[in-house]
Amino acid sequence: MKEMILLIIGGALINNVVLNQFLGICSFLGVSQQMKASASLGGAVIFVITIASGVANLVYTYVLDPFGLDYMKTIVFILVIAALVQIVEMFLKKSSPAIYKALGIFLPLITTNCAVLGVALTNVQNGYNFVQSVLSGFGTALGYTIAIVLLASIRSRMREEDIPEPLRGAPIVLISAALMSIAFMGFAGLSF
Amino acid sequence: MNKYVERLYNGLIKENPTLMLMLGMCPTLAVSTRAMNGIGMGLSTTAVLILSNLIISLLRKVIPDEVRLPSYIVIVASLVTVTELLIEGYLPSLYSALGIYIPLIVVNCIILGRAEAYANKNGPLLSVMDGLGMGLGFTLALTLAGFVRELLGNGSVFGVNVLPDGFEPIGIFVQPPGAFLVIALFVTIMNAIGIKTRQRQLVESGCDGCCSACMSPCENKDESAPDPAEARKEAQI
Repeated sequence: MKEMILLIIGGALINNVVLNQFLGICSFLGVSQQMKASASLGGAVIFVITIASGVANLVYTYVLDPFGLDYMKTIVFILVIAALVQIVEMFLKKSSPAIYKALGIFLPLITTNCAVLGVALTNVQNGYNFVQSVLSGFGTALGYTIAIVLLASIRSRMREEDIPEPLRGAPIVLISAALMSIAFMGFAGLSF
Repeated sequence: MNKYVERLYNGLIKENPTLMLMLGMCPTLAVSTRAMNGIGMGLSTTAVLILSNLIISLLRKVIPDEVRLPSYIVIVASLVTVTELLIEGYLPSLYSALGIYIPLIVVNCIILGRAEAYANKNGPLLSVMDGLGMGLGFTLALTLAGFVRELLGNGSVFGVNVLPDGFEPIGIFVQPPGAFLVIALFVTIMNAIGIKTRQRQLVESGCDGCCSACMSPCENKDESAPDPAEARKEAQI
């Protein structure tokens, strides 16, 4: 049990996927303009990454590994993720239109979010089993959501500030991200 | 200007994918801890980009429009796998330095972006030159970022110590926050001397410039709706 909690905390805070590993930066910078959109994207990312890590693990354990096709994992994973996102989208559209309305436009974006593929590949590299993969995927996605929601709140405060002309736009957002990253480095000192 | 040379200039300077279009930020931030890593990552991406542009350009009349994105992804993923195996075999130290970011070349938005924006509309030779230009532009930006980070954070250039012994390296620059700071610095300087980049549209319109799926509407938006308020409204929907 303790191990499982550690996996989630490690993925979410200590090894934060955006601020520490730089995966999913584009949407992190692009979507964080809007608080509501950030929260929805975060929800969609948690949803997709958790499922994708599980499915990728099953595909690897039962198809790729037994047939010695380890080198095919990049191609297979990206296709599995693309197909999965399509299926999730269709499923949500039919079964729960409310969730689909909130997350819908972000689902296609997630296919090319490098965090999804990154987590699937890292899980294989670390030799995680099914449960560990799902938990680490969930933790990573949680970390992504925490980071993007925090950045969105910082940016909503910044809107009223008088920012020097050359720093407006991307630079000030990147500097905020740098400061967040410094703060998150503090979690590396966590020991259990 | 010769149109082939024009492609090179376009990729290196005019539409530099990292500095002007703010694409491919993930590898830029992640592997620029050393200038050498920047070159390694940049050249691997360039190789994939040239070949993917060539193959996609040759197949542009064969691939049906509806399934073009999955087809591109399969082509790019195959090329990346080959590159990964080659690096693992011949450059093991680079392989361990770049790690997970080599397979992640697949989702580098520059590659799918160029396939979608250029290679599927133009001939093979021009597409190869476009890939070369874009790849070298990416390499240039990565190496530049790596150079600054290595110099400030480690006191060295390409692994050779250049600063006097009295210099205390600013460790934060080789840590993750340093990546954000150095790119922020680059864009600030470009803003200050009046070079127009696409970063403001990317960051303010809320369009994820990464994915090719939203790339075309994003570019259309740039042209048709320069009004930020309107772009913001669209982002809200």
